Order: sequence, then C-alpha cells, then structure tokens
Amino acid sequence: MIIVETRPALSLRIYIHLPFTILLALPIFLALSSGFVVVGVYLERKISAFIQDRLGPMEVGKWGLLQLFADLLKLLQKEDIVPAAADRKLFLLAPSVIFASVFAGFAVMPLTPDLQGSATAVGVFYLMAIVSFDVVGILMAGWGSNNKYSLLGAMRSVAQIVSYEIPLGLTILCVVMICQSLNLQEISFQQGIYTYEPNYLFGIRALGIDVTDWGGIFSWNILRNPFLLIAYVIFFIATLAEANRAPFDLPEGESEIVAGFNTEYSGMRFALLFLSEYAMMLLVAFLGAILFLGSWNTPLPNIGPVRLADWTSGSPGTVWGNLTGAFWLLTKALAAIMVQMWVRWTLPRLRVDQLMFLCWKVLTPIGIVLLLISGVWRLLMI
Amino acid sequence: MLNLIFYAFAALTLGGSLAVLITRNVMYSAFFLLLSLIGVAALFVLASADLLAVAQVMIYVGGVLVLVIFGVMLTHKPKPETTTGPQAARPNYILTQHRAWLWPLLVAAGLFTAFYSLISRIHFSLFEHRAPFQTSVDTIGKQLMTEYIIPFEIAGILLLAALVGATYLSSQGDRTNNQ
Repeated sequence: MIIVETRPALSLRIYIHLPFTILLALPIFLALSSGFVVVGVYLERKISAFIQDRLGPMEVGKWGLLQLFADLLKLLQKEDIVPAAADRKLFLLAPSVIFASVFAGFAVMPLTPDLQGSATAVGVFYLMAIVSFDVVGILMAGWGSNNKYSLLGAMRSVAQIVSYEIPLGLTILCVVMICQSLNLQEISFQQGIYTYEPNYLFGIRALGIDVTDWGGIFSWNILRNPFLLIAYVIFFIATLAEANRAPFDLPEGESEIVAGFNTEYSGMRFALLFLSEYAMMLLVAFLGAILFLGSWNTPLPNIGPVRLADWTSGSPGTVWGNLTGAFWLLTKALAAIMVQMWVRWTLPRLRVDQLMFLCWKVLTPIGIVLLLISGVWRLLMI
Repeated sequence: MLNLIFYAFAALTLGGSLAVLITRNVMYSAFFLLLSLIGVAALFVLASADLLAVAQVMIYVGGVLVLVIFGVMLTHKPKPETTTGPQAARPNYILTQHRAWLWPLLVAAGLFTAFYSLISRIHFSLFEHRAPFQTSVDTIGKQLMTEYIIPFEIAGILLLAALVGATYLSSQGDRTNNQ
C-alpha cells in the first residue's frame, strides 16, 4: 500500500514537464540516432577488423576516421533506382515507415533525470507496440520490391521479430513487476540515490540492510533482484533478433537471399534502411540500460565517507545532474552496443530451425520461470 | 489546438477507412487500414485512454494486421501468365474478387445501431471523475484484478484453449506428412 500512496507525489514531480524539454529532446535524439550511425559504422568496421586480425579502413583520414563520410558522399551521388516491376508507392514509402517507427521509440526514452520526450505512464508498453510498426514497414519493403529474395527476407524478418517479442516481453514484464511502473523515468529514479522508496540489499527487506544511501550498482535492477541478470541476458538475445543483428541476421543472409528486404534499395533509401538498423541497435541498448543497468545512475556506490555516488551524479534539475546522467546512460548503451558487435563477429548465423528452437523452447520457458520468480521477489521487497 | 488535432486524426481515420473500401488492391487496403488504426489510437489518446491506445496499436497493428497481410500473401496463387511473359514486368498485385455491397452494408448498419444503442446506454465508472488528464493504467489494473477478475480469467482460458487448438491442428498436419 505504501507504494500506491507515495506515487501521486512522485507523479507530480515527473508529469509536470515544461514544453521546452520536449522540444529539446526531439532534436537531441534525432541527432543522436543519426549521428550514431557515423560512430557505429566506424566502430563496427574497426571491431570486426580487430576480431579478424585485420586493420580495417586506414586510407581516408587518420586511422580511416573519415571513411564513413566518403561512404555517405558515395551514397548521396548514387542514383535512386526503382525497379520497373516494383510497386512504386510502397517501395518508396517503406524506408521512411521503418525509420519513423524506430525513431518513434525514442519518444519515451529518458536521457537524463530531466530530459524525456514524453513522460507518458505507458512508456514501456508503448515501446513494445512501436516495434510492430517496424514489422509493417519491412513487409511493405519486401512486397513492394516484387523480388523473391526481398519477400523471403521480409517474411523471415517478420516471423523472427514476432516470435522474439515473446521472450522480450516476458523479461520486460519481470522488470515492470519489480518496479511497479511502466514509466521509464520512474523506473530510472528507483535505481539510484534519488529514489523515492528505500532500497534494500538484493531487494530483500528481511535482510535489513538499507542500501538507499549507498546507491551505485547496489540499487540497479540487476542487484535489486539478482535473477534479473539472467533476464538481461535473455533480453539481450531477444533484442539482437529484434534488430536483425547477427547471429540472427537470417533476414539478410547474404549467402542465401542476397540482402533480404533491402536487396532492391540503392542510394539514400538504402542509407535510410541502414540508419534505421543502427537506430534500432541504439534504441534496444538504451532500453536495456534503463530497465536493467541503472539507467542514468552512476555505477559507483557511496562507501562510508567516500561519497563516490554523490560525486559522480548531480541532483536532478541541475546542469551537473543532467551532464552526468547523460554520460552514464550513453556509456552503458555504448557498452551494450560493443557487446552486440562482439557477438556479431564471433558467432555464426543460426539456421531457421535453431532460431525457432532457441526462442520457443529455451528463452520463452526461462522467461516464464523468471516471471514467476520476479513475482515472488516483489513480495519479499515490500 | 486540441480540436485541430482531433479533427486531423478523425479525418485520418475516416479517410483511411474510406480508402480501404475504395481500393481494389488488397495490399493497399491493408496498409490503408494501418492509417485508420493509427487514427483510432490517436483518438483514444485524446479521450485520455492511453493504455487502450497502445493496446490498440499492439494488438491490431502488430497482431491482426500482420496476420491479415500474411494471410493474403500466403493464400494468393498467382496465375501462371503473371509470373512469365510480359505480365511479369508489372508490380505484384492482388485484387479483390468480392464487389457485392448489399450484405456488407446491412452488416455494417446493424453493427452500428447495436454499438450505438449499447454505448449510449452504458455506464462507465471513469465518466464521473473527469480530471484534466489522468493515466488509466492504475485504474484498469485495479479493476481487472478486482471487479472484472472473472471475465479476465475467462478470456485467459479462452486464449489458452485457442493456443492449444492451434498447436493440435498444426501438429496433425505434421503427423500425416510423416506417415
């Protein structure tokens, strides 16, 4: 009951949003998601080169730093080809639909304690729903191209995204059960020293060790309920499939179906599809960091007089608070992206039957068990 | 401002549904249905039913619409002359065969009267306290777990039965293939 009663006071603080923060969040996320493709592609090439014992791009600029701009210039100059037998309207519209649906997900992401596009109370649920728009865009691209490979790729992609939504949803539900909120900003506040309810070690009240003042990693969700660490692994695997990343890149398996649903695209439209793939990676990395890894809170705890958590995270509302918040969240998200890339260049592509086996017979049952455990854990927390 | 947004989304909904009826290309009507579903979701938001709006997008766009598109794609058998010869250079298309209007009109009119009389008489508990904007998540959660627990559970059992039935049907097809 305590939780229910304390909520209105908190909601008041969170829901009073000045319009300027919304107007500020939009361009920031637009710049972030399109700017990330620059960093992401360079990172991907260098990491893959490192893993395969090569050098990667070295010619354009120092250490190949300008390689991506050269690539962009090339894409800009290319002709925007629409195949004669393609359904012109659907073909031209599809990349915009895909990018718009991925970008719409950023609307509910908190970047700092004060900066969030929309403080809607259904944030997490909205994110799950917006992924399905992506599916429609991919089907549009696959069907519109009028190419067997495109259609096959789109079908595979949709089957994969729809299937992996189930383990993804189950793990997200575990966090929602622990946090008792669908609002991503509220979930963020709970995982740090600025929380509105006491945190106990491993979330168990009976232990009697109050870690509210310690903050840092001790108040992250993966330590408030240690089983959420397993949930994060499942979440990570499921998001790899949602983003069509290797080892789940069957929709664009080069050796089988050329490039899947983006086979027929060229020039800037291809760039837009590429951009949405990287924006999706960033989106799920953000989501994982917010739900499991303490969001914009610092990982360093207060240890006695050494107030590491206080020093590395400013209080909400101050400039320092916003700067540190953005720094920690971006660091965590980028670390998750590095792991995504590491996985991509380490593991071979799964077969379709292995993909479905993993989803339905491994991840989903574990997800259901974790959901049960989280429910019990929540009872220990109050 | 709010009125303008309302009219814009209402126009989107109506225009989308009208286009679904007018176009003969089944894939186009599926994508126009998407527009009208987004419009309805936005109207739900303006009626401060935020959870319902998201559920609408999730179930209808993510579930039903994708199922419809898949159904249309998988059950369509192109005529042989469209896959070879000069016809092959044209875009993919699936046209509706059904152009009758009397029965659909009757069904639509009947449903409209039934829903209208139902909704005009129904008594919603949320109507009494009109706050400026309040999220409906908490209210819906509490109501589902208290007052509406039996319908909620029955819906759960129904879905489980459907799931088991679907598994049984698809596994039967497998068994006959193996034999």
